[in-house]
Amino acid sequence: MSVTAAPVRRLPRIPIGAAIGLVLTALFFFAAIFAPLIAPHPLGEIVGDVWMPMSSEHWFGTDNLGRDLLSRMIYGARTTIFIAVLATALSFTLGSILGFTAAVVGGWFDMLMSRFVDLLMSIPTLIFALVVLSVLPSNLITLIMVMGILDSTRVYRLSRAVAVDINVMDFVEAAKLRGEGRAWIIFREILPNALSPLVSELGLRFIYAVLFLSSLSFLGLGVQPPEADWGGMVKENKDGIVFGIAAALIPAAAIAALAISVNLVADWVLNRTTSLKGGRGG
Amino acid sequence: MGTSLLKLVAQRVALGILLLFAMSVLIFVGTQILPGDVAQSILGQQATPESLANLREQLGLNDPAYVRYFRWLGGVLTGDLGKALSSGQDIATSIRGRLWNTLFLAFWSAIVAIPLAVILGLIAVRYRNGFIDKLISGLALASTSFPEFFIGYLLVYFFAVKLQWFPGISTVYDGMPFLERMKAIALPATALTLVVLAHMMRMTRAAILNVMQSAYIETAELKGLRPIEIIRRHAFPNAIAPVINVVMLNLAYLVVGVVVVEVIFVYPGMGQFLVDHVTKRDVPVVQAVGLIFAAVYITLNIIADVAAIVANPRLRHPK
Repeated sequence: MSVTAAPVRRLPRIPIGAAIGLVLTALFFFAAIFAPLIAPHPLGEIVGDVWMPMSSEHWFGTDNLGRDLLSRMIYGARTTIFIAVLATALSFTLGSILGFTAAVVGGWFDMLMSRFVDLLMSIPTLIFALVVLSVLPSNLITLIMVMGILDSTRVYRLSRAVAVDINVMDFVEAAKLRGEGRAWIIFREILPNALSPLVSELGLRFIYAVLFLSSLSFLGLGVQPPEADWGGMVKENKDGIVFGIAAALIPAAAIAALAISVNLVADWVLNRTTSLKGGRGG
Repeated sequence: MGTSLLKLVAQRVALGILLLFAMSVLIFVGTQILPGDVAQSILGQQATPESLANLREQLGLNDPAYVRYFRWLGGVLTGDLGKALSSGQDIATSIRGRLWNTLFLAFWSAIVAIPLAVILGLIAVRYRNGFIDKLISGLALASTSFPEFFIGYLLVYFFAVKLQWFPGISTVYDGMPFLERMKAIALPATALTLVVLAHMMRMTRAAILNVMQSAYIETAELKGLRPIEIIRRHAFPNAIAPVINVVMLNLAYLVVGVVVVEVIFVYPGMGQFLVDHVTKRDVPVVQAVGLIFAAVYITLNIIADVAAIVANPRLRHPK
């Protein structure tokens, strides 16, 4: 009795919104990881007519070239999530290291970096991405680099602000006095203490990366055919909309569902971590 | 008093102009980061070295980068944006009508979105933590998570295809009657409104809630004013400055939304023009349009700052 009671008692602590978000997020990641195993058809296989309606055989119908839309959605989850994860990882690594360094080193380095970030942030990210993509080759590496570097400006600001606060604390002073190098200060003193605000930002940056990638692909400047992410699939099927064919709405809805799920989970994590600290809001 | 206000505003505007110059450098450098150059992209892979050299000479590509930058900047300042590589047409002439179309669309979206956002924000504050507030926050979460094209195509699917109230493709032309033009932009304007509404509303709510925590609001509550009166007489006048700021910042957000929305509705504006020419790798057009977008964005930010200074006397006396 007591063995089963423990998990039952813990379940209601997850709010319903967060639980739904958690399940959906897990589902999307599962589809992304095991795409070749669960997709009924290979990515490029033509299985029937163009834009067939939903049926028991093809759950989401077929797309603009007669390919099974469900299979493409599953592979699309893989492309979308893979690129967004890599871009977010790049943005966090770059942004936090530069932000911490700026806070610790200070002086001209801080000044130069911060003004440059101010400049990059005073133009809408999408517009600047379009400007740069007009000359760069269209491949995945370029795409991830552009997304990651442009987004790292926001991580830079956050991590610099957090690190400036931590940098004046006694234990950092102590580490400096015992003669530790800058690398030690950044990775062993500041990073562990800055982790919790950064982690709560992680979910938001991931959502932003998903939406940004989808917009670029929708505009035809992101993932290039025959590869397809969800944004690209909206583009492929958009011409059907005016004839009342809803195929383009399915990948669009999937992007929205992924963004909302991650948002719900991130909200919940944020509330939990702040209340754990006995902090605000409660 | 008056002079210090003018001085502050002048400072802010000067800073904005400086920023715009820095932005022009950034955009120019951003399009020069590749080893391949414009001549190569015009002539393609099969170009002979001689024809490449000729074209480079003709376009002045042999000059060092800073010379080309100042030539470009000089042209921009005198209204000469150069010629498009893909069509050979004068960029300034082809942009004029499109800029007007984009501003028309953004203007009407703003006219609908701003009052709606402020009113919904006020309602959310009035019924704070109640059902309506939660509903509004939920909708805000949804709309910030929805990609623009999801909202756009949902509108097309229901209002253009199923109900057939409005056209799904927004064709506009010169000399189009006003009412017809309004009907053509109804769906893109709705999509843009929905894109900016949630954010604007959430920030309005936060700005007013911030004011609501002041001591004089508590006094007003204690003397028995009705909540809606407190908001109208005490909270709102003090919240105007932050709300103006919120509104202007979100109008800047329209700049981004407009790019995707124009592509969805095949609307002949600047956003569509930019995307088309990025695909064609037409660098001079991309530079020009990018700079115009940046200029609009920076101008809106300056207006936001100036409006905040004018509306809030406390900002006029920096410590």
